[in-house]
Amino acid sequence: MKAPTIGSWFTRGEIAAPADIEGAALRSDRFRLEREGDWRRLEQIVIRMEKGGLRRVDDEDLLALPTLYRTAASSLSVARETSLDAATLGYLESLVQRAWFQVYGPRKGFFAWFSEFLLGGWSRAVREIWLDICIALFVCVAGAVVGWLLVAQNSDWYYRLIPIGLAGDRGPGASRETLLASLGTEESTSGLSTFAASLFSNNAGVCILAFALGFAFGIPSLMLLVHNMAMLGAILWLFSEAGLIVEFSAWLSVHGTTELFGILLSGAAGLHIGRSMAFPGERSVLEAASTSGRRSAVVMVGVVIMMVVAAILEAFPRQLVEGAQNRFIIGGTFGVFWLTYFFLYSPRGGMVEDLDDAERLA
Amino acid sequence: MSAAIAPAPTDKRQRTLVTPEGIAIPVTIASRGSRIGALVLDFLILIFGLIAIFIFLAFVAEGLFDEIDSAVDGAMSGAAEFLFILVILLIFMARYGYFLTMELGPRGATLGKRIVGIRVAARGGGRLTPEAIIARNLLRDIELFMPLIFLLIAPSGESGSFGLAGMVWFMVFMAFPFFNKDAMRAGDVIAGTWVVDAPRTRLAEALSTQGAAVQGTSEMTGARYEFGEEELSIYGEHELQTLERMLRDAQPEALSAVHATICRKIGWDPGAGDERAFLEAFYAQLRARLEGDMRFGKRKADKFS
Repeated sequence: MKAPTIGSWFTRGEIAAPADIEGAALRSDRFRLEREGDWRRLEQIVIRMEKGGLRRVDDEDLLALPTLYRTAASSLSVARETSLDAATLGYLESLVQRAWFQVYGPRKGFFAWFSEFLLGGWSRAVREIWLDICIALFVCVAGAVVGWLLVAQNSDWYYRLIPIGLAGDRGPGASRETLLASLGTEESTSGLSTFAASLFSNNAGVCILAFALGFAFGIPSLMLLVHNMAMLGAILWLFSEAGLIVEFSAWLSVHGTTELFGILLSGAAGLHIGRSMAFPGERSVLEAASTSGRRSAVVMVGVVIMMVVAAILEAFPRQLVEGAQNRFIIGGTFGVFWLTYFFLYSPRGGMVEDLDDAERLA
Repeated sequence: MSAAIAPAPTDKRQRTLVTPEGIAIPVTIASRGSRIGALVLDFLILIFGLIAIFIFLAFVAEGLFDEIDSAVDGAMSGAAEFLFILVILLIFMARYGYFLTMELGPRGATLGKRIVGIRVAARGGGRLTPEAIIARNLLRDIELFMPLIFLLIAPSGESGSFGLAGMVWFMVFMAFPFFNKDAMRAGDVIAGTWVVDAPRTRLAEALSTQGAAVQGTSEMTGARYEFGEEELSIYGEHELQTLERMLRDAQPEALSAVHATICRKIGWDPGAGDERAFLEAFYAQLRARLEGDMRFGKRKADKFS
């Protein structure tokens, strides 16, 4: 084997001419030596693409890529029938596989994908799971009603539903003043951004969990929704007993319209997967699961964004803005914004991955 | 990069992808062992990366950390607060972002996967989309982090039978890859992906252009090796490729052992000192014969057939 010279580490794309082709004793080796240059060139291009995407490859190479890829692929099928050189076959198989991954790799970078996601992909995915959103909404409302009724019948239920840490001094029998104080505002902004960051981290985690649990036919996702909404129902009852229902709703709506919507969507996304696995229709279960999984993943990226917005709203405006009316205005605006964005905003084209692109390239 | 010899693939893990232009590409499903290895490597990278960042932060802003420790109810300065947020977001990013961004790259693999030599691919030969990567990584939560948490909680008995039930439930997800033939975890099922071997082999030298393979003549002794029909009809493709591997590895002891075996088999008197030339000539002539037969559609898999 020829020792590589140091210079060869730095020059790129210089492909050494193969050893004398006529000197090879075997026909299959002559076949190999004649095409070796093309294979090596393809390998160089693929290595550069693997390192840093299309930007590192110049136009000439990029134009040659589809041809080179097909040459290598047809070499492979010829070699399989005519050559017994295991090393060459192994090399060609790995080369064709690597080239295939690049030729049919993701066509878009993350940012291109993300901008398409914002400009239509997200709202389309949300609209596509409308049925699951309806089911999840029904479950949420039912959960809240159940929570309310349970606590209204027997206030012991309150302590079962709400963890001690979260309840604090807000419990049955707490005075109106205590409850009102808990809805109050902070004097300054200090500490609030930390609060926002940890809220986001926590809530986004819960949402991802609600989504991921959908894998078990969606039932755990729904249970999680019921549990959370029952807590909400119990707290609603508590404040309504003290005659503070309007104040509490306003306080909650600031971030609630965004956060509850996000939780609803993540539950619906989980349910969507579970439902399509339980009732795959004419497709195979695996196929159905992967189609719905990808659609739900788009929704979930959106949910994480909604959680960022909700955490900022929860930490700043909710703690700083006083007065039920102002709070309702903020919460209502966001609620209307999300609804409009999801159900009325539907630009054409966009996220559909068309395979034609790839076929044209290859 | 490893040596140029193709690894002997386990047939059970062999799959064939058919590309849109109709070329069949063989892929090998990554073994469960290599996936666990990749995962462990990724965790080590994450943990040591985070530790390194924290040490750096502590070095740069030592006082601020003390302030966070002693702060009561958010009474800290702006700088400390910023640092605290940074830490929270960093941990969130490490948990969800690392796997996501790495697998979205052109290599389709995290650092651990690259080291082990495997990558993510779309099942059945389609295009690997960002949605698929996102979906498969969102499920990592219930497959890995939740079972780990329950594993830590359940034995303590604090959460009673609920903890145990949770542990069993999540263990089902953890064991998922062991119960399907494609070694898919739940995230792979949802995303329509699988994890395959990504071999990076280098093209080895052509054997028939060097040494005694060309003319059958030894450069050292000048002896000419010529094998007859009968002598070449003993071995098949499997033996040929074993011999090829040995010639490329070029270990003298192994070569002389093979030399002796072949000589005994074909009834020659094994000499000594010129093993390589003998084997090169034998290899070239055997391959010429087998490839010639191949062109007429006659294949001999091994010496028994």
